[in-house]
Amino acid sequence: MVKASNRQKEAYQQLLQKHTPSRPIFRNLVLAFLVGGAITTIGQGVLNFFVSQGLSPKDAATPTAGVMIFLGALLTGLGVYDKIGKFAGMGSALPITGFANSIVSPALEFKREGFVLGVGARMFQVAGPVIVYGVVSSLVVSVLHILVKGV
Amino acid sequence: MPGQGLREGKEPRYQLGLQPKGFTDGKKIGKQTVVFHNRPVVLATASVAGPKEGKGPLGRYYDIVKEDTLFGERTWEKAEARLLEEAANLAVKKANLKTQEVDYLLAGDLLNQLIASNLAAREISIPFLGLYGACATMSEALTLAAVLVDGRYGKYALAAASSHHDSAERQYRYPTEMGNQRPPTAQWTVTGAGAALVGASGEGPVITCATVGTVVDIGLKDPNDMGSAMAPAAAETIWQHFQDTGRKPEDYDLIATGDLASVGKGIALDLLKKSGFHLGRNYTDCGVMVYDPSQDVQAGASGCGCSAIVFAGYLMKELAEGRIQRLLLVATGALLSPTSYQQGESIPCIAHAVAVENQRSVKGGAGIG
Repeated sequence: MVKASNRQKEAYQQLLQKHTPSRPIFRNLVLAFLVGGAITTIGQGVLNFFVSQGLSPKDAATPTAGVMIFLGALLTGLGVYDKIGKFAGMGSALPITGFANSIVSPALEFKREGFVLGVGARMFQVAGPVIVYGVVSSLVVSVLHILVKGV
Repeated sequence: MPGQGLREGKEPRYQLGLQPKGFTDGKKIGKQTVVFHNRPVVLATASVAGPKEGKGPLGRYYDIVKEDTLFGERTWEKAEARLLEEAANLAVKKANLKTQEVDYLLAGDLLNQLIASNLAAREISIPFLGLYGACATMSEALTLAAVLVDGRYGKYALAAASSHHDSAERQYRYPTEMGNQRPPTAQWTVTGAGAALVGASGEGPVITCATVGTVVDIGLKDPNDMGSAMAPAAAETIWQHFQDTGRKPEDYDLIATGDLASVGKGIALDLLKKSGFHLGRNYTDCGVMVYDPSQDVQAGASGCGCSAIVFAGYLMKELAEGRIQRLLLVATGALLSPTSYQQGESIPCIAHAVAVENQRSVKGGAGIG
């Protein structure tokens, strides 16, 4: 046999249902909530610290992001963040620390190919699509905003 | 086709070694099976494993267990090459030979352009044939080593395969330090290498026959569920092996598939059952043997190194100590590339079966002419 026919594929899918373990969705949700909540609570603590030092809440956001990015990068470099990620899933991928992890981890991985073709070229391998579609969707939203509400 | 409970209807059955002589002089029987009448011998095997594998249930069976995953090398690729080189050299040494005496090195791995094998072969001066069979490489290499030795194209052939968790991760999936969650069907690539020295004569179990698999593609596309994708290929090859040789599941003390892991193993059993072959306690899968479930490996082990270290480390010792007399090793491979799955291709899969038997069993056993 070379490739399965559609009928065979369907029959196989039925067989698979019996054997494929289901994802522990409830456990994943709880862990993501707890770990994601913990990370963002730390972020809030950092923000409050900057506010207590006299910055306005709006101005404090930038240094807070900087601190959280630093923490994400540091934990990636120490080999800890991948272990948190395995456990917490989206809970550690979604906050800005996860974004830092997605940039630092390829930078570390491809350092062996040198600073130009390795670190430089591959650093945004994971985060690149996020940036591209982030920019594209913000553009779409801005255009819609202009169309609906005017400039 | 396995998805439908394999093929129906009967095909002519042959008894091993009883095929009338023709173009192949009885060296090929049935549709896909070769018989080795000169009985090439597995003279020695060697296995080198990583630290995680060393902590697994089979840890004490490996010749060398590494303490870390880089062993002083600068890159994962070089580290994998070192695994392969050490396994190859150790197998030659255990057979009391020198590498200059070995006629062929048949080796493969999972990396692009077989770079781990190429780097290892650079250090070992044995005439080298690189093989790509994904995780089915060990039985592919054993088959071809047996063909070369049985055909008297050389006295000694070294069959070897390697994989490394981190080199595979960076090539197929994500950077190793990236924090992402693995689904329960995912498998953990083994860090390890196995080598088997096949010789024309001597002490040790013999390779009696091998069934070369066809590519089977059941249409699955998820690289995080390769056990399900490969199970039909394994079932197909095992089915074909029984058709070609006239043997039955109970003729084997152990039938071991390569790396179907916990998900694929159950599927393969079901598929074979549907086509009338009931494999019972004499069936296992190397992918469920390497790690303990507590080691956080989801469905189990995978990689060329999986069947290589289980065969070279554990199964060969079981044969040597007589706990099993007749083994069918069916290494399984998912022949995907990162490019092919990104382009939406389904995963082509393959399995090759090699029968390894103690010499005692060959002389008196069933189904041998």
